[in-house]
Amino acid sequence: MCRLLAITSNEPLSPMVAIRALNVMKEGHDGSGLGIFLTDLAGTFEQFRGGPILSGIFSNSGIKALDRYMLDMDFMTKYKLSFRPTKTTPPGTPQRDNYLIRVYEYPPDWENLSEEEVHRRLLTCSLELRKMGEEDSSMLIFSFWPDVIMIKEVGDPMALAEYLDLNRKELQARTILAQGRQNTNYEINIYACHPFFIQGMATMTNGENTAFLPIRDFLMSRGEPGYVGYQSDSEVFTHILHYARKRLGLDLESYKHIVTPLTDDELDRHPNGLWLRLLKHSLRPLIIDGPNCVIGCLPDKTLFMLQDSKKLRPGVVGGNPGMYAFSSEMCGLDAAIPVRDKSKDFQPMKYDTVFVGPDRKGIGRWNQMDSLSRLH
Amino acid sequence: MEPDGQLKPSTLSTKDLPWQILWSKEKCNLCGHCTAVCPMRAIGLGVHRKRVLQVQLGLAEKPGNLFGVYHGIRQETDPANACVGCGMCTLVCPNGAIAPIHNDEPDKLKFHLNQGGAPRQRGGRRNISGSLLDQIKFIRISMLTDPALDAGRHEFELRTLLGRILPPEEALRVSREGGWIPPVREIYPLIIGSMSFGALSPTMWEGLQMGVAYINEELKIPIRFATGEGGCPPRLLRSRFLKYIILQIASGYFGWDEIIHALPEMKEDPCAIEIKYGQGAKPGDGGLLMWYKVNKLIASIRGVPPGVNLPSPPTHQTKYSIEEAVAKMIQSMSMAWGFRVPVYPKISATSTALAVLNNLTRNPYAAALAMDGEDGGTGAAYNVSLDHMGHPIASIVRDAYLNLVKIGRQNEIPIFAGGGVGKNGNLAANAAALIMLGASGVQVGKYIMQATAGCLGSETNRCNICNIGQCPKGIASQDPRLYRRLDPERVAERLVDVVLCFDTELKKIVAPLGRSTSLPIGMSDALGIADHNAATRLGIRYVI
Repeated sequence: MCRLLAITSNEPLSPMVAIRALNVMKEGHDGSGLGIFLTDLAGTFEQFRGGPILSGIFSNSGIKALDRYMLDMDFMTKYKLSFRPTKTTPPGTPQRDNYLIRVYEYPPDWENLSEEEVHRRLLTCSLELRKMGEEDSSMLIFSFWPDVIMIKEVGDPMALAEYLDLNRKELQARTILAQGRQNTNYEINIYACHPFFIQGMATMTNGENTAFLPIRDFLMSRGEPGYVGYQSDSEVFTHILHYARKRLGLDLESYKHIVTPLTDDELDRHPNGLWLRLLKHSLRPLIIDGPNCVIGCLPDKTLFMLQDSKKLRPGVVGGNPGMYAFSSEMCGLDAAIPVRDKSKDFQPMKYDTVFVGPDRKGIGRWNQMDSLSRLH
Repeated sequence: MEPDGQLKPSTLSTKDLPWQILWSKEKCNLCGHCTAVCPMRAIGLGVHRKRVLQVQLGLAEKPGNLFGVYHGIRQETDPANACVGCGMCTLVCPNGAIAPIHNDEPDKLKFHLNQGGAPRQRGGRRNISGSLLDQIKFIRISMLTDPALDAGRHEFELRTLLGRILPPEEALRVSREGGWIPPVREIYPLIIGSMSFGALSPTMWEGLQMGVAYINEELKIPIRFATGEGGCPPRLLRSRFLKYIILQIASGYFGWDEIIHALPEMKEDPCAIEIKYGQGAKPGDGGLLMWYKVNKLIASIRGVPPGVNLPSPPTHQTKYSIEEAVAKMIQSMSMAWGFRVPVYPKISATSTALAVLNNLTRNPYAAALAMDGEDGGTGAAYNVSLDHMGHPIASIVRDAYLNLVKIGRQNEIPIFAGGGVGKNGNLAANAAALIMLGASGVQVGKYIMQATAGCLGSETNRCNICNIGQCPKGIASQDPRLYRRLDPERVAERLVDVVLCFDTELKKIVAPLGRSTSLPIGMSDALGIADHNAATRLGIRYVI
């Protein structure tokens, strides 16, 4: 089972905070991979907040191809952080040439574009690069977005953190998602490492997604270019969130109602039952049918967690004003924020969605049986 | 020289018949029950002369003969009276003295069942025992990452949707603007039907209706019953139980005068309207109720004179093209119930089904597509249609679903599959396989008749006389002497047994796959088959 840790803090944190928590939860994962999502960046990257950041792994020839592509697109590099590890690779980790995090300046002719168009083009660029890299395994693209860094690799999280020296001062963020264990339901593939990211939204999940295939088929038939990949059955959770927000204009409450809808009998008793029934019917193929715990980050840096009724051991959220963590295990939360009022820890059950907003003032809770806060 | 023999071309011996009567003189007590019950009059009183040798001990007297007479059974060999293997004689024999035995070689009767130039007509099924659905296995078992679920104690919601489902963007827009949202029924994925009042006896129909009502109201399982072409008893039309009924309209429009007249007095809307364009057992042919079964009651419900054959035309008279049929019939039916009732067509599975489906996707009123495969049953059809016409259901369901996936409409038009579901007794497994191939639910007829009323049909050409009203179990007869054999209360009880069993078995299939909160429609990664060609054709995993 995957182990998850998300943390949000007013004070910048090193990704090691999350990785150490993953290490505490190690007995529950097999050390087969690491994925980190950093946003609300601090450290060196804070000064480049507006520019898109490309995160990925490149062979030496891949770097050259990248440079050619970006030059053609008229992107200019503003800052880069690249790791070229010289140590011996940890067991199971392939030898790579370059781990790259590069901040760009937008092409001048993008200046007057709408935000939506800029977002569309950023996605197109990352998809094109990913496709170019797939042909000769020269590029692995994880994200291309402002204020977002992603690092992924196959191997044990702690060993990888030491190998890549993730404790470096340049890497600091206020909001971090991290997951240990690569998805091993299918073949080992670095793209299967959580979290998954699309246009400002990231999620990570534990639990097998038994309804993966019909969900994937539904997403892939929406005509959305970003709905590709699916080396992991958990990638669909990110894309469902994206579809709900971007295409349907729905909020987090509705996301919960989409992936884990109420039963028909419960809908009869719900104050917004009619509307929710319509939503359930029209989005029936997106019911996840768990058992899954989903932890995610919205574009406004709100962190959230929800799970379906089959999740026997729910995740937990706790912390103090200014710093909260979401963890798949209690021991992970203890490792991340040892000093806190544990009586205020909360384990969301099947109807609950919990979230911590960008102000990090407290844990918001919302029950699925409640009225919707706004009708769409 | 003129031939002087008594042998006619169609003179047959018992050896030429598909079924031979095995009778034991020692056990028979000459009660006559078997000859009375035989629906074909295939057996009668036999008076047999027998010579017995009498040999005395010693050499003083020579051996002699004694001629005696004994009584027993004689099997008729006229094609019209050939034994159909129903086995009712065995059922009623107090001593187990008689039984039909299947011929050990292909029969010769089939060459002679066209006396007067009339092709054989019969009821029943295709009589091919093989089933692709039976070969499909469920291979994606949740073992490591998450354990399989407990089928007995977990909470399940295994419902499906019947109705046109709006795509999400459209649903939200219509909801915002207060437009028309097509009616959608949340029902159980097992639909009984479509078997008409007329094809089935009154006791069978009553039993099934009672069972359906009980299962809905007491067990809270929203199972539905599709009527078939032949209308609906007037009291049922005016009762609250109509909501459990899918009314079928077919090319003969039988019973629709009664239905239209009942409209103002209906307390509930029917579950749906099924427009039958074809059925799997006799694709491209209309419904057929033979004169034997058109008694006064049936005639009055159907609005016809009694004692006449009722062949429905192969196609609807209003139909010039599928586009026109959809436009006219679906809209007319929708309008009759104020657009509150889902209306969908049922077609024979056919290699042209995708054309129909593509047309339906463009019609906002089309609520579903039901397809009936070659293994479907019937009360009456030409033998040639049953044996040789039609398309297998599995591949056409798969094609249709994948076609919808391709255009992104897999959730908008539910596909219902029928024809051979449970033909060898594996109802839940067959239904689950079709659902994972892409069906939203299944329609089942023969299995229901076999399990709830003891229909004797099998895949070995047994019985098959539903068409002539002589059903020995009283299931498909309009003769009170026959149908009073069937107790409707018992039929209802058996239907409850069947549905409860199906429900448990379906859970026993989906729970190990980790599914409980939604029906696994299109979850084809769970399926495997040990036939490479079938695996390739269906897009599922080849496993050996």
